Amino acid sequence: MSIDNEIGAPRCVVGRRQLIAQLRTVLPPHCLLIEEEELRPYECDGLTAYRQLPSLVALPENEAQAQAALEICAALNAPVVPRGAATGLSGGAMPHRDGVVVSLAKLKRIVKLDPLARTAVVQPGVRNLAVSEAAAPYGLYYAPDPSSQIACTIGGNVAENSGGVHCLKYGLTVHNVLRVRGLTVDGEIVEFGNAALDAPGYDLLALMNGSEGMLALITEVTVKLTPKPELAQVVLASFDEVTKAGDAVAGIIAAGIIPAGLEMMDKKATHAVEPYVNAGYDMDAEAILLCESDGTPEEVAEEIARMKAVLEHSGASGIRVSQNEAERLKFWAGRKAAFPAVGRITPDYLCMDGTIPRKNLARMLVAIAEMEVRYGLRCANVFHAGDGNLHPLIMYDANVPGQLDLATAFGAEILELSVELGGTITGEHGVGIEKIGQMCAQFSPDELDLFRRLKRAFDPGGLLNPGKAIPAAARCREYRLTRGAAPLAGSVR
Amino acid sequence: MSGHGASSLAHWAERIRAAAAGRSHLRLRGGGSKDFYGCGPDAGNPDTLGTRDYAGIVAYEPTELVVTARCGTPLAELEAVLAEQGQSLAFEPPHFGSEATVGGCVAAGLSGPRRAQAGALRDFVLGVKMLDGNGDLLTFGGQVMKNVAGYDVPRLLAGSLGTLGLIAEVSLKVLPLPVAEHTLRFELAQQEALDLLNRWGGRPLPISASAWRGDALHVRFSGAAAAVGAAANSLVGLGGQPVAAAEASAFWHSLREQTHAFFAGDAPLWRLAVPSTTPVLAVDGMRSDAQLVEWGGAQRWLRGEGDHAAAIRALATEAGGHATLFRGDAATRASSGAFQPLSAPLLRLHRNLKAAFDPRGVFNPGRLYPEF
Repeated sequence: MSIDNEIGAPRCVVGRRQLIAQLRTVLPPHCLLIEEEELRPYECDGLTAYRQLPSLVALPENEAQAQAALEICAALNAPVVPRGAATGLSGGAMPHRDGVVVSLAKLKRIVKLDPLARTAVVQPGVRNLAVSEAAAPYGLYYAPDPSSQIACTIGGNVAENSGGVHCLKYGLTVHNVLRVRGLTVDGEIVEFGNAALDAPGYDLLALMNGSEGMLALITEVTVKLTPKPELAQVVLASFDEVTKAGDAVAGIIAAGIIPAGLEMMDKKATHAVEPYVNAGYDMDAEAILLCESDGTPEEVAEEIARMKAVLEHSGASGIRVSQNEAERLKFWAGRKAAFPAVGRITPDYLCMDGTIPRKNLARMLVAIAEMEVRYGLRCANVFHAGDGNLHPLIMYDANVPGQLDLATAFGAEILELSVELGGTITGEHGVGIEKIGQMCAQFSPDELDLFRRLKRAFDPGGLLNPGKAIPAAARCREYRLTRGAAPLAGSVR
Repeated sequence: MSGHGASSLAHWAERIRAAAAGRSHLRLRGGGSKDFYGCGPDAGNPDTLGTRDYAGIVAYEPTELVVTARCGTPLAELEAVLAEQGQSLAFEPPHFGSEATVGGCVAAGLSGPRRAQAGALRDFVLGVKMLDGNGDLLTFGGQVMKNVAGYDVPRLLAGSLGTLGLIAEVSLKVLPLPVAEHTLRFELAQQEALDLLNRWGGRPLPISASAWRGDALHVRFSGAAAAVGAAANSLVGLGGQPVAAAEASAFWHSLREQTHAFFAGDAPLWRLAVPSTTPVLAVDGMRSDAQLVEWGGAQRWLRGEGDHAAAIRALATEAGGHATLFRGDAATRASSGAFQPLSAPLLRLHRNLKAAFDPRGVFNPGRLYPEF
């Protein structure tokens, strides 16, 4: 995939040798990688289908080194690609051929944890789960819990505005971050948000969340910590029809319940998962729902009873309530292992991330089943049902000529249908390079132009993570010609 | 979209383009209920572009937890429609008058008593349809909870006071109304109240609002009936006195709408957003009892005659937050600025963003900061 013609990609960059010489003056020798075998591990992120060797990798050990490195890159017009744990699934951390990958992996200190104020100040390379582990002795945790939370880092979470299985009740990253400290493309230190609940002026903190490393380089984050609920219980419900499961989701929300988690898996997903983790799922069910309640024991008892009533009314063929913490974790283990479980039964898979209004769930699943036949590829469906975020896992074999292209086209069709059904091409994984073409379907030329102007307000030279998230006008003209569709403002939303 | 609606937008776009071409300004205004908030807009004597005619709820499906409304929709009307379905705007936005509109509510970005628990207005903004400074009609975000396609323009517009564009239509996340509510009153000095609120904040208690004023702390619990009852019972031992439902409801409403006696009179009203653990604030020359604390200690209201702007802003900065001259006469607002001054790099980014959205500087000049 060519990324040369996207927004702000520099037309000329200085020689690599000069860049190395200057970066060596500000980074210790072990913090600058230049040999091909050292660069190889950085050629892709979680989207392994797309690879590109970077020119160099810088691993600053502190903010001052990051600042000095950025100043040099800016002066020499070298693209900068920020990188956390590289668990991202959209290619947001894929290197630029002529650019420097700035890995924040060495910035992994929890600077301060204030149990009384319920905040933690952490460096961007701190792992998501490490924050909750550090807060656990105080009865607190960091609420957003993406499936990759063992490995993914807070800096990357902010860049992607990561979600998780509990975000219907507890919010996304943007709802759980108070302050982001970072460097502008010129290496100037800037703070978005503060230690209070809001900041003066425009809400640049909100803008930083989900900006995919294109507006600033994050060096420190203050996160909110949440009191751990006394109790959590989950209901596992089976359905003999997918549409009944979809109705049950709507029924729960209509009953005024906001579950702590509300997840759906279809039969293909449960059949991949069950032999792998023995979660105890009903193998005859066309779909299962996991519906969690948390809070005080009184609150949970009351809510679980209401959930069960709705699920029964919606025609669930089986209902089980976790009787203890071990059983609750077992029920969840299947959902949390869904991606690796599917990875076991297919050489490769693509994970989609569209979000649609919940009411269109059944329509989407029927359409995906039809696409499976048409493309000749299988697709398992895992769904954050509570917030309408769908993760179809399209299975393919990269070693079979043409299958990657087929899988990509299959995925593109799902994303375009997501937009048509009133949704979006990405709920939590980001656009990166993976969905940059579909941005042309979701946004009009004027809207994309505003994104480009916004980007230039932060990064006039287009050096921060060029080629990601916002397509160039030329790409969209080509996209519209080849797709035969010309979405205009308001035409499909 | 009705013919009337479409013609409003087309007409507005024309006015914006004419203003841009003629280098003149437009003052965007909904119901005018928050005219007092912010600075100006006097620069260049802008024409007013009123948005009240573009009204109505475009889409509302309770099971999707989303409502989409045109900017001129009265906020009271929107909340009444939600209440019929047992839902609400969980951030409890202040109206400050029956004329308040949905567009003005989002542009002002203000949140009420429930903010510390439920989140701020910006946390509930899912999508916008807007006119930028070129008069182009643009749509960002959408009607779904999770959406990371493109930069988060909808949240950026929340609280931008109409300086970036005209919010024509907005989609907001809504939540079920709590099944039960219960308010307790404690006799406490401010520092004791702050200590307690922060300790309680670390426990999974369903506290949905708190306010300290004049040696009394009010705490509201909201949620499932069993949870509210259990939580309130666990705190009664600490001296909490139950407040009758009607009285409690009137009390929280008086804070949300600033009709409480604390807000009466003409003395400047300062709003400080600080970390909730910040000790009692003391400003030289200001009466220490002229304070009201909300949001578990994270929002402090200060009142007092005289020019204390520099001292108050220094105090807020030192605590890690910021101070807003929320209400004051025009002269004080002009001399002190309504909002805490920005650092040099932030001011540069603000100006750049303003230029990106509104290259000719058409909208609400000076309303947020005198520099743009």
